[in-house]
Amino acid sequence: MEQSNKTYAVEADQLVKAFGKERAVDGISLKVPKGIVYGFLGPNGAGKTTMIRMLATLLKPTEGHAKVMGYDLAKEADDVRQSISLTGQFASVDEELSGRENLIFIGRLVGFTRKEAKSRADELLAAFNLQDAAKRQVKKYSGGMRRRIDIAASIVTSPELLFLDEPTTGLDPRSRNEVWDIVRALVKNGTTVFLTTQYLEEADQLADLIGVIDRGVLIAEGTSAELKSSIGVRSLIIEFEDEQDLSKAESIFEGMFTQPPEVDRDHLSISVTMKDQSKAAKAIGELANQQIAVKDFSMQQPSLDDVFLTITGKPAQEEGGEANGE
Amino acid sequence: MENNSLEKSITLEKRPSKASPMNAALTFAWRALLRIRYVPEQLFDVTVFPIIFLLMFTYLFGGAISGSTGEYLDFVLPGILVMTVAMITMYTGLDLNKDIEKGVFDRFRSLPIWQPSVLVGALLVDVVRYSLAATIMVTLGYILGFRAEAGFSGIVLAVLVILFFAFSLSWVWTMLGIVVRSEKALMAISMMLLFPLTFLSSVFVDPTTMPNWLQYFVDINPITFVVDASRGLIHGYDVSSELMIITYISVGLIAVFGTLTMYFFRNKN
Ligand SMILES: Nc1ncnc2c1ncn2[C@@H]1O[C@H](COP(=O)(O)OP(=O)(O)O)[C@@H](O)[C@H]1O
Ligand SMILES: [Mg+2]
Repeated sequence: MEQSNKTYAVEADQLVKAFGKERAVDGISLKVPKGIVYGFLGPNGAGKTTMIRMLATLLKPTEGHAKVMGYDLAKEADDVRQSISLTGQFASVDEELSGRENLIFIGRLVGFTRKEAKSRADELLAAFNLQDAAKRQVKKYSGGMRRRIDIAASIVTSPELLFLDEPTTGLDPRSRNEVWDIVRALVKNGTTVFLTTQYLEEADQLADLIGVIDRGVLIAEGTSAELKSSIGVRSLIIEFEDEQDLSKAESIFEGMFTQPPEVDRDHLSISVTMKDQSKAAKAIGELANQQIAVKDFSMQQPSLDDVFLTITGKPAQEEGGEANGE
Repeated sequence: MENNSLEKSITLEKRPSKASPMNAALTFAWRALLRIRYVPEQLFDVTVFPIIFLLMFTYLFGGAISGSTGEYLDFVLPGILVMTVAMITMYTGLDLNKDIEKGVFDRFRSLPIWQPSVLVGALLVDVVRYSLAATIMVTLGYILGFRAEAGFSGIVLAVLVILFFAFSLSWVWTMLGIVVRSEKALMAISMMLLFPLTFLSSVFVDPTTMPNWLQYFVDINPITFVVDASRGLIHGYDVSSELMIITYISVGLIAVFGTLTMYFFRNKN
């Protein structure tokens, strides 16, 4: 059965998970090549956790099939579990125990002897900069330390496929960067990472392939660059010497573009988005005609925010406010 | 700086072979013991509960039922022992219910281990807790004047039978602990089952003093069999038929509720 497919870490075919009437995952098909970071991007309540829990054998799909590391989710769940690790969205280690005890505990469960489990625990604590907190109960850890111990617990034996459910939600920028470094190091060493995020920037920074999910449906997929160019929206950013020029330019652009220009008075800059790039030259030309001095200008790739707005017609909710898709 | 050791820690070539079911269960038992070390209040139910029960029922009913508390103690201690341990098994479900809501159970369920080991490990430690309760009660009983006709070995045998039954009964609570969503509801259901089971039995009084319709229930109540067997073992009379029935009941409980527990454990949403 091994040789079914060597190239994909995940192959999902029309996966559905219904909770009563609500279809949390509503027919998702996707393929994740081995060795990459797959970013599953969507707002709160989109169905990301549900999808991951199905792929990690925790939830039985209502409909559909999937293969994980070449093993059938329904028929070869034990083999799937042997190849994956899951770092859940919430407490994924025992908060009552110390960090070291947690790692030894997992080490014993995956089959290390007591001695091996201890030395592996100490190795991981050192690698994740947690030596000083080794003997402290995890519930007394800071947010960043929690996330690091969560991930360390997932790689006691390095998995072929690691699921990370919102690994940086609620972290400060420094801790977030530490998690990113860990993810990059994992992928460099051959682990495939399937991560979910609500942060567009995170998917942009980390993911080789991004799937955008909304209300249980995969609404777009591709590399960050592909998603951006498929939307075709670009922004022209122009800086001015003084406020007067800025205001004049604003009134000119209001007539030229369908979307109203965004004005940043602190930086004396204006940003306009457009589908047709030739419009940028026209805009600059018009400013020259009106004798408005341009200090600097640049074309920018659209952000994933733009992507989300264009596909769904609404912005991605970045805050964890409402939980339901409706 | 740390990046070097980080990457080194990830390139781990050797994967150990899977932990045996036995080792996995013992590892979960180790976790439960560690948790007791951090939160010793967890032992409240197996220490204070038995003391209160024993004192309360001996002095409350003793005079009325047997004329003297000393005589009543010999009769009632085996019964209260069974009742208390049966009551305490309820906490197995409550603890699991609280524990299972936390994300760490997702990790357990996604590990390549023998899945029942998660629960078997916890139950092993619970059996230790039940023995602690039994030891406290018997010791206190002796201080109050209780004497076992069959001596120490009779008590040990009775406690073993009670522990075996308690272990089997625990699977009812593990199943409920997984299925029932709120702790409050679980508490209510557990009480609703345990009160009739323990009180409508031979724990406190000889069933021949009861009205017929009640005797009918008491005589088929599993707790009655365990109480009668314990009394017999402790005071030295033949209870082989009771022991046989207890074996059937216990194996049946494990088979039915163990299977259901694992089914719901695997399919939990
Ligand atoms: N166990 C469950 N029972 C009922 N509904 C659920 C359950 N888990 C998730 N849901 C619902 O499914 C939808 C998707 O949830 P989830 O997968 O957690 O989203 P995300 O992880 O993207 O925030 C939500 O509307 C949520 O309320
Ligand atoms: Mg989620």
